[in-house]
Amino acid sequence: MTDSPLLSVEDLHVTYNTPTGLVRAVSGVSFELGREKLGIVGESGSGKSQTGRAILGLTAAGGRVSAKRLDFKGTNLLNANQRTLRQIRGGGISMIMQDPKYSLNPVMTVGSQIEEALLIHNPTSKRVARERSLEMLRAVKIRQPERVYKAYPHEVSGGMGQRIMIAMMMIPEPDIIIADEPTSALDVTVQLQVLAVLDDMINARGMGLIFISHDLNLIASFCDRILIMYDGRVVEQCTAADLDRAQHPYTQGLVNCLPRLDGSHEELPVLKRDPAWRTPPGAAR
Amino acid sequence: MALPPTLAKILGVLSSLLLTFIGLTAITFVIGRLMPADPVLAIVGDRASQEVYDQVYLQLGLDKPVYIQYLRYLEQLLEGDLGTSIMTAQPVMEDILRFFPATLELATVATLLGIFVGIPMGVLAAVHQGRWPDHIVRVIGLIGYSAPIFWLGMVALLVFYAKLGWVAGPGRLDVFYDGIVEPSTGILMIDAAMSGEWDIFHNALSHLILPASILGTFALAYIARMTRSFMLDQLSQEYILTARVKGMPERNVIWGHAFRNVLVQLITIIGLTYASLLEGSVLTETVFSWPGIGQYITNSLFNNDMNAVLGGTIVVGTCFVGINMLSDLLYRLVDPRIR
Amino acid sequence: MANAATLRGWLLAEIPKSKTQARCQRLFIGWLDFKRNPIAMIGLLIIVGLVTIAALAPWITTSDGLALDLANRLQPPGREHWFGTDELGRDIFDRIIWGSRITLYIVALVSIIVVPIGLMVGTVAGYLGGWVDSVLMRLTDIFLAFPRLILAMALVAVLGRGLENAVLAIALTTWSPFARIARAEALTIRNSEFILAAQMQGISTVGILARHVTPLCMSSVIVRLTLDMAGIILTAAGLGFLGLGAQPPTPEWGAMISLGRQYLIDQWWVPTIPGVAILVVSLGFNLLGDGLRDVFDPKSGH
Repeated sequence: MTDSPLLSVEDLHVTYNTPTGLVRAVSGVSFELGREKLGIVGESGSGKSQTGRAILGLTAAGGRVSAKRLDFKGTNLLNANQRTLRQIRGGGISMIMQDPKYSLNPVMTVGSQIEEALLIHNPTSKRVARERSLEMLRAVKIRQPERVYKAYPHEVSGGMGQRIMIAMMMIPEPDIIIADEPTSALDVTVQLQVLAVLDDMINARGMGLIFISHDLNLIASFCDRILIMYDGRVVEQCTAADLDRAQHPYTQGLVNCLPRLDGSHEELPVLKRDPAWRTPPGAAR
Repeated sequence: MALPPTLAKILGVLSSLLLTFIGLTAITFVIGRLMPADPVLAIVGDRASQEVYDQVYLQLGLDKPVYIQYLRYLEQLLEGDLGTSIMTAQPVMEDILRFFPATLELATVATLLGIFVGIPMGVLAAVHQGRWPDHIVRVIGLIGYSAPIFWLGMVALLVFYAKLGWVAGPGRLDVFYDGIVEPSTGILMIDAAMSGEWDIFHNALSHLILPASILGTFALAYIARMTRSFMLDQLSQEYILTARVKGMPERNVIWGHAFRNVLVQLITIIGLTYASLLEGSVLTETVFSWPGIGQYITNSLFNNDMNAVLGGTIVVGTCFVGINMLSDLLYRLVDPRIR
Repeated sequence: MANAATLRGWLLAEIPKSKTQARCQRLFIGWLDFKRNPIAMIGLLIIVGLVTIAALAPWITTSDGLALDLANRLQPPGREHWFGTDELGRDIFDRIIWGSRITLYIVALVSIIVVPIGLMVGTVAGYLGGWVDSVLMRLTDIFLAFPRLILAMALVAVLGRGLENAVLAIALTTWSPFARIARAEALTIRNSEFILAAQMQGISTVGILARHVTPLCMSSVIVRLTLDMAGIILTAAGLGFLGLGAQPPTPEWGAMISLGRQYLIDQWWVPTIPGVAILVVSLGFNLLGDGLRDVFDPKSGH
């Protein structure tokens, strides 16, 4: 749809100082995102979540972020002041987290939390805010929006909690949404429901999506393009369709690990990790 | 039959309270029985005849089995009969009621100080963790927490009263103001204000401010420390990240989100603080010659007035337990997760 | 220097080759973590200093702190008497040093009583559950609900004044939290598989509690003990101040403050300096306890 990408990331680094040495959570990640669905796959510790946080400027204390470029719609996120960053958070780029049990404020009602998200970027009257929140709850297929509106987070199920999350993060109408393991804490049947809701909203609004997960299958079916991360680096970038023709041995290993109904493996192959993948060049594109 | 949850909770707490009260009285009963002094002799004196001795012995029910004695004891307690003081020859309960308001005054002002100074300090320390506001708060807290309170009181008297003359000295009121104000609530400041005796009000305030500050420092240290700890805990939670992702200004994240979760826990802490100040005032009252229940118990102890000591212990103990239970109940009623 | 390098290397190796090495590694990393916290290090220094002073008392002091010297009473701090002399002419510096032994004595005695009782009550309650748990916890709650100082006062009134009685009184009012902690830990691991395995091996309940459950409670209990120690010292000092603890002429710090109280205004050093000693030791335990807790339960600190 648009010519220039929404988000440009070039040579992103996130490092932490720990008593046992320097930890490079993200080392030299580069990619661009337009109005499309980008998946970032990796195992624990690959740096995928850290990448997401760094984009929003919400890296944990003690971490240092640096990059050659980190632009969102022309704004340089690296040296933006706090006010600009706050406007972009929620209004431009938003994030859905893994477990609504922890990512929703336990002592505030669902409704007030959704309203809050709206009022930060569009101050309106309470009545309008309430109506828009109820609208959003309906949009994420919650059947009794008034009841849920008054409920507390611990009173709703996991799947509903995630849909509330989606409602809350979509209501200020951001351009990009980062979904950090949005379905990992859910039952399989509920996962599909939540993803369907997410998909609908993203398509309807023409948003960009960064989908972070450890589940290659899920990403391959949901996203347009895929980024494979290992040990803080991007080892492969390809489209979902081209996954079979992946070039990097790690990606090939991952693909091979996926059990197939039509396959005839006696033993599932074990992913071998080559220490050589830790050194940059050649693999990253 | 299922009770509505709130009622069930209240009943639960009340029964806990009852059981603890029974335990408390059992312990004081046991302590009373372990007394080296003979309770009969204490009443009849050394030179009474065997007849009189036996009479009083029976009267006191000392021939009955222990559990019956305990039940009698409990009965008396519930009627408010704590025995008679050897020192004053008055019912202990009356004496205690006379002294209690002074301690209440002290503990209340000290707790308020702890709340209004301690909480902001704790929040400040948590938000700036690792940097100098945090260090300063932690140091103040640590000193308030580690200093012997009676010593702190003495040093404060030395500096602010003896050397600087900023406040009045020990005691609750200057001697020549004594007895002028009608003791209606027993709380001098309120009584003086109500009768319009502003000189006395000033004087009372001047006497109150130092002991309340010392006691308050202890309260402040504890409250600030716990607030800091709770805030740090909350600030590391996921929903705080959510709030920031929403683009919320940091001030709202701290007070509107993190602090709201802490508030619920602080209720218990404040209750605990108030209760412990009732006890901490024992030492402060000694240093400042404050005529409260702490002084009463201490003096009774030195005069071997066991009825008074045990009576005082029961009263303070019951208040202590009561306040703790109350704040626990409040916590359960307020936290939506438990509701 | 080659040895140090390999020792450090051994301690930081990624894959430990033995249980001992794993344990040493954990301790070492815990120590590194602890070291990073300067405040906790100060606490450790203070406590080590206390123990050292107490141990070296006969060599640091010039007198036994008990002998009267009325000609020299109430001397201000100076070259001959670093902290001055008290109302009976005794050197305050010496009395403080000797008093440190009493402080350590109190610390040790209370710990020896409180930890075993707390562990026993807590592990039994948590492991066995049911009515045993209810009864024991009710008992624990009753003692927990008591205002510490006042109960200690009542007990001392009955048992008579003296250091040991004061210690006993304090111990009776401070064991409850440890029972709670031990119970919480016992509850957590009660259904673990290794406990199940031990049961199937036929190990008796006592054996399981002693060798499997109790060791896992130790770290929490020790942290809590260190944190509570300051309060215990303050309570002991309070009792001493009220004249209910160690009796004169024993140089217990709280008692020293009480005796010197009347000289507060003109000879401030007599009651003030013992208080500083109490403050420093109490501070030391608080700092140390904070540091230990940060290492064992990092959620609250860093």
